[in-house]
Amino acid sequence: MADKNNKGNGSPLLQLIDLHTSFTTDNGEVQAVNGVNFTLNEGTTLGIVGESGSGKSVTAYSIMQILEKNGHITSGQILYRGQDITHYTEKQMQDFRGKNVSIIFQDPMTSLNPVYTIGNQISEAILIHSDKTKEEAKAATIKMLELVGINDPEKRFKQYPHELSGGMRQRIMIAMALVSEPDILIADEPTTALDVTIQAQILELMQELQKKLNMAIIIVTHDLGVIAQMADEIVVMYGGRICERGTADHIFYSPCHEYTKGLLRSIPSVENMKKKLVPIAGSPINLLNMPKGCAFCTRCDNAMKICLEEVPPELKMPDGHFASCWMNVKNGNYVSEVPGNE
Amino acid sequence: MSNENAKCLVEVQDLQEHFPIKTGFFKKTMLKAVDGVSFKINPGETLGLVGESGCGKTTVGRTLLRLYKPTGGKVFFDGTEVTDRNMQTYRKEMQMVFQDPYSSLDPRMTVEDIIGEPLDVHKLYSGKGERRDKILELMSLVGLNAEHATRYVHEFSGGQRQRIGIARALAVNPRFIVCDEPVSALDVSIQAQVINMFEELQEKLGVAYLFIAHDLLVVHHISDRIAVMYLGRIVETADADELNENPMHPYTLSLLSAVPIPDPVTARAQKRIILEGDVPSPLNMPSGCAFRTRCRYATEQCARECPKLTDRGNGHMVACWNH
Ligand SMILES: Nc1ncnc2c1ncn2[C@@H]1O[C@H](COP(=O)(O)OP(=O)(O)OP(=O)(O)O)[C@@H](O)[C@H]1O
Ligand SMILES: Nc1ncnc2c1ncn2[C@@H]1O[C@H](COP(=O)(O)OP(=O)(O)OP(=O)(O)O)[C@@H](O)[C@H]1O
Ligand SMILES: [Mg+2]
Ligand SMILES: [Mg+2]
Repeated sequence: MADKNNKGNGSPLLQLIDLHTSFTTDNGEVQAVNGVNFTLNEGTTLGIVGESGSGKSVTAYSIMQILEKNGHITSGQILYRGQDITHYTEKQMQDFRGKNVSIIFQDPMTSLNPVYTIGNQISEAILIHSDKTKEEAKAATIKMLELVGINDPEKRFKQYPHELSGGMRQRIMIAMALVSEPDILIADEPTTALDVTIQAQILELMQELQKKLNMAIIIVTHDLGVIAQMADEIVVMYGGRICERGTADHIFYSPCHEYTKGLLRSIPSVENMKKKLVPIAGSPINLLNMPKGCAFCTRCDNAMKICLEEVPPELKMPDGHFASCWMNVKNGNYVSEVPGNE
Repeated sequence: MSNENAKCLVEVQDLQEHFPIKTGFFKKTMLKAVDGVSFKINPGETLGLVGESGCGKTTVGRTLLRLYKPTGGKVFFDGTEVTDRNMQTYRKEMQMVFQDPYSSLDPRMTVEDIIGEPLDVHKLYSGKGERRDKILELMSLVGLNAEHATRYVHEFSGGQRQRIGIARALAVNPRFIVCDEPVSALDVSIQAQVINMFEELQEKLGVAYLFIAHDLLVVHHISDRIAVMYLGRIVETADADELNENPMHPYTLSLLSAVPIPDPVTARAQKRIILEGDVPSPLNMPSGCAFRTRCRYATEQCARECPKLTDRGNGHMVACWNH
C-alpha cells in the first residue's frame, strides 16, 4: 500500500522547458510567456499564482495549444510523458485534448454554447470521447451533474446556460472536463465564481477524483486560501516569468522573492480588518515595455542597480526551493544557480 | 412613506423576482430566484451580500437596477420609489459592476469606447480632449496603462477585463454601485488596490455599495453590514464584525467554516462544517425554512413554518426557529 500522504508515484508527467509564447499585435509582439520551466508529477497538484496578466492562462492555453489566432509558441518544449507535444499535428492534439488533458476555463460563459442545453453539451462531450450510446451518455451526464452538486439534474439537463447562476455554469464546466477522465486537469480559476461552501465541495471533489484516477492537477487561482489547501507545489509568476517555485510551505512561510512577499502582504486577514490593505506599490507590468532586468524591479523597494540591468538567474535556496531575485545573490544565501534559465 | 426613507439612499422592500421556467412541453414552473428581500443602505455605506451560488444575489442586484422587471416589491432611491417610468433619471445614479467581465463587455469595442460610452450617453464632457482625459484618468484609477486604450477586450486577461468594467461603472460618478463579484478575478495585490479605491471613493464622494462576493474576508473588510442569503431570502444580517464574531444562523456557521485560509498549516487542519443533503432546487422549494433539509438542528416546526427575520439585539437579525 502506498503511503497516503505520498500522492501519485511522483514520476514526471508534464514538463515545460523554457517555454516562450507571444502574441502579434498592432503595437508589437507581446511576450506573454517568457521562458517558463516547471514539472508536473503524476497524481500531484501544482498551483500557479501571480499577478493578473502575468501569463498564467496563456501558459495553460499553450499546453492545450488553444491560443488565439495571433498567439504562438515561439520556442521551448512541452513534454508529455517525455514526448514533445509542441510538434504534434492538429489531429494528434485533438486526441490529446480529448483523452489526456482537460481544461476548466476562467469564464464559463464563453466556453458553453448558448444555443444548446447543458445536458446536450455534456452528453455530446461523452459521445465524442467514448463509444457509449445516447441513453448511456444521458445517464452518465446526469450522474456527473449530481457529482458536481447540481440539484434536480433531470430538470437542469434541459436548461440553457443563461438560465443558470454563475456558480452553476462553473460546475457544468467542471462536469464537462471530468467526463473524459483525463490524466491532467487544468483548472483556470475553477472556483472563483463559487461560494465558499460549494467551493469547498468542488475542491474536495477534485481531490477525490485525483486519488481515484491518479489525476494530476494544475490549478491557476488568485485565491491564496485555495492554493494553501490544494497545492503540493506552487509556481509564482510575474511578467511572463516564474519568480519563485517550491512547496506550499516554502512559498507561504519562507518566500525569497520580493513579489511573493508583496503578494502575501496584500491578503485581507482578520488582523488587518480595520486597516487599509497594502497592495504592491506601482503599476502593473506593461509587456510591450519590459524592464531590461528583473520584471519586478520598477516596483521593488529593494531594487539594486543590477536588478535594473540583468534578468536574475534562478537560484536554489537552502531549503530546496527556487527563487529568481538578486537579493539572494547579494546576501549569498543560496546553494546554487540553476543553469540554462536565462 | 417617503419621509421615513429620506435618510437612507437605497431601500428595498419585499423584492421578488420569479422566473417562469419550462419544465416540460406544456408545463411551466416558477423559479423563485428572489423571494421577499428587504434592506436599506445609507449614503456612504456598504452592505455586503453573501450566500450560496444560485441563491439570487446577482438577481437582487439586477432587479434592484431594473435590468430585470421585479415581479413584486418596491425599490426606493433617495426617498422616491423607482418605477419603469422614472428609472431613466436614476440610471446615472445607480451603476453595476458585472460578475462576468467576459459577456458584459462588447468584444467589438476598444477599451476607450467601452469606458467612454457612458460618458457619451450622459454627455459628461465638453470636447474630445476632455473625454480622452477622463478616460485616461479612470483607467489609471483602476490600474490600467494608457497604452491599453486602443486595445480590444479579448486581448486582456480576466483581471484586466474586470478593471475595465469597474472603470466604466465609475465613469458617470454614480452615488450607488452594485458590485457583483468585482474583485474575484483579480490577484490579491490588485484586489487590495481596488478595494482601497472603492473605500476612498466612498470617503471622498459618499458612494454607497451593495457588495456581492464569495470571499468572506474581502466582504468583511469592506462592508459595514453583511446580509447572508439562502435560496432567495435573507437569513441573517448584522454588522460585519458582529456577524463574523457571533454568527447565529446554521447556514452562516457553515459558510464561515468553509472560508479557505491562506496558510497551509491552518488550511490542512481546518474543520469545515460540510452541509449534509442536497442543495434544494428553487424550482421545488422545501416547505417552511428552505435550509431545513440540510440543517442538523431542524425540527418539525422548521418544516411547518418559515421563520421570519427577528432582531436579536443591536440590529442582528436572524431567521431561524432554533437560534
Ligand atoms: N490574444 C491576445 N493578444 C494580445 N495579448 C494577449 C492576448 N491574450 C493575452 N494577451 C496578453 O498576455 C498577457 C498574459 O495574459 P494571461 O491571460 O495569461 O494572464 P493571467 O496571468 O491569466 O491573468 P489573470 O489572472 O488576470 O487571468 C496579458 O498581458 C494579456 O494582455
Ligand atoms: N434569466 C433567468 N432566467 C431563468 N432563471 C434565472 C435567470 N437568471 C437567474 N436565474 C436563476 O435564478 C437563481 C438565482 O441566480 P443568481 O444568478 O441570482 O444567483 P447568484 O446568487 O448570483 O449565484 P452565483 O453566486 O453563482 O453568481 C438561479 O437558480 C438561476 O438559475
Ligand atoms: Mg487568466
Ligand atoms: Mg451571481
